[in-house]
Amino acid sequence: MMTANAATGSPPALKGKRILVAKPGLDGHDIGAKVIALALRDAGAEVIYTGLRKSPDYIARVAVEEDVDAVGLSVLSGSHRELVAQTVSCLRQLDAGDIPIFLGGTIPQQDQLELLALGVRRIFTAEMALADVIAAVAEVLA
Amino acid sequence: MLTASKTAPEPAASDDATVRTPSGIALPLVATAAHHAADGEELPGQYPFTRGVFADGYRGRLWTMRQYSGFATAEESNQRYKFLLARGQSGLSVALDLPTQCGYDPIDPMARPEIGKVGVSLSNLAEMETLFAGIDLSRISTSFTINGTAAIIYAMYVACADKQGVPRDKLTGTIQNDILKEYVARGTWIFPVRPSMRLIADSILYSNATTPRFNPISIAGAHVRDAGATAVEEMAYTLANGLAYVDELIGRGGDVEKFAKRLSFFFYVHMDFFEEVCKFRAGRRLWARLLRERYGVSDAKALHFRFGVVCGGSSLTAAQPYNNVTRVAVETMAAVMGGAQSIFTAAFDEALQLPTEFSAELALRTQQIVAYESGIANTVDPLGGSHLVEFLTDRMEREMERVMAEIDAYGGVVKAIEEGWLQARIAERALERKLDIDAKRTIVVGVNAFRRDDDGADAGTVPRLDPAATQDIVKKFESVRQRRDTALVERTLARLSEAAAADRENLLPYLVDCCHAYATVGEMVTRLRSRWGDFQEPVQL
Repeated sequence: MMTANAATGSPPALKGKRILVAKPGLDGHDIGAKVIALALRDAGAEVIYTGLRKSPDYIARVAVEEDVDAVGLSVLSGSHRELVAQTVSCLRQLDAGDIPIFLGGTIPQQDQLELLALGVRRIFTAEMALADVIAAVAEVLA
Repeated sequence: MLTASKTAPEPAASDDATVRTPSGIALPLVATAAHHAADGEELPGQYPFTRGVFADGYRGRLWTMRQYSGFATAEESNQRYKFLLARGQSGLSVALDLPTQCGYDPIDPMARPEIGKVGVSLSNLAEMETLFAGIDLSRISTSFTINGTAAIIYAMYVACADKQGVPRDKLTGTIQNDILKEYVARGTWIFPVRPSMRLIADSILYSNATTPRFNPISIAGAHVRDAGATAVEEMAYTLANGLAYVDELIGRGGDVEKFAKRLSFFFYVHMDFFEEVCKFRAGRRLWARLLRERYGVSDAKALHFRFGVVCGGSSLTAAQPYNNVTRVAVETMAAVMGGAQSIFTAAFDEALQLPTEFSAELALRTQQIVAYESGIANTVDPLGGSHLVEFLTDRMEREMERVMAEIDAYGGVVKAIEEGWLQARIAERALERKLDIDAKRTIVVGVNAFRRDDDGADAGTVPRLDPAATQDIVKKFESVRQRRDTALVERTLARLSEAAAADRENLLPYLVDCCHAYATVGEMVTRLRSRWGDFQEPVQL
């Protein structure tokens, strides 16, 4: 077990928040998702991680059933545009379009405006400091 | 006017005892003969092969330059292969899309967003015939990064050679076929661990008998490394997986003196130069010792630790991407000094996108410059005898044995993977590494030191897959299904199902028959899945 707040060094920024970290599609690169999940946990959040290879429909259903405050999607396979659009649409079908979505992975600059327009609240890439990621999530969920 | 950058990290003090390699080995300020056990007598090509498996090193044979490539349709990838071969590449390395890797046909809803994205779509033999059209499979070696469906893709390659009229014993190349690390780091598993191990043993034994010059497995530490493991852990986990395959093969009647000759390995090379060189020297020695001491292997060729490498991966940065050209050059030199048999140099834009023709060519040129201009390939194991290198080789070997003993103490790799223990360890290590970079305990130029305000601005536009390519792949898939002999497909698939139910049957001849009949990857996987079920991923943090 790691000590709490190893990532941020500040009071638990996400205490009481429930966050779903999900891997949509077939991409098997899960280390980024796991590192983020551990950092969210250390920042006080209750984290649910889906594991690999989940359909957008499954992710939306888990988000609703678990009554989460946010969904974090991780995609490194280049399929982020399709998978984000599908997840947004599945959440809306379940009347859960208001759950904030965060996206992490290999997301080219040129796609970011389109993804934000789809409803993604923040986009994170590998080189961002974990403390900055936590602060951005906390700001949106405040 | 030039001034020292405010962000320049401080150098370590000469008496700083905390200077360590990334694997945590404390480094002396000056290494001397007292730091190591090497007596200067061992030669390359002699047991335990610290200095290399071949006495004549790269003078006997230069490493294979093998650039990982494949995109979208078989036609487009075929063009890229011809382009790379025309520029002096000596072997092909096929990147497959995720549906092919995970066993979904292009018409499956799970496949749709991923078709042709990270590699070429190869759902049936007709696609592979197109992929290698005009490329003589008896003259070129082909490496497939394929695991969950490796036995199927290998069977398809054999069938493709049959179609080209190439004798099977002329086939050279490699399938990765290492499922254990998929459960830990790369994620393209399909079936549970134990039937997957059977499929791997079957393909190795079949390949030894049918395509004796082909490497039916490349036991890979690369992905675990890129996910966060240290160089020591990368080698230790890989050798532990290697021993698990050896045990499985012996259990299925294989002769270790024979099959061990065709086992090969695959690793990442990251930036700590001496640790990378010594990782290979230590791993080569440790593997030979393990095979001799635990299994009594005596044939020198069966003790040979042959490996390919990839330079780049998570050591490359999206910030200031041109810096990556330098990183890959340093890593290539470490690979050569470590004695690699094949090298893939990643393109500098790897952290951003699939390579362009420009970046792919520059990556190949990087290793050609090391090969033909630097002179470092002229003498075997050129760093052998260096006090630092011999010290680190000894220490890393000891650390690798310690990590392997921890896995044994847990109950072996299969148990450690089934219960998610190894996966959780890697995730913790990845978090540590990330926090080290965030806190600047580890320096990454352009990321946490020497940053520029306009970082990333010069990356260029990322090419997108033409949506028409996806439609073409689906259309071609449908047309192959309409043209084939449905009764023959059904017959070969039914025989595959029966063979899967009989534990002692080798499944490969059945898979080759299915491929010849143009059965699809998804159809074959579905039959096997109905016997074996799916791997249940242990999700624990």
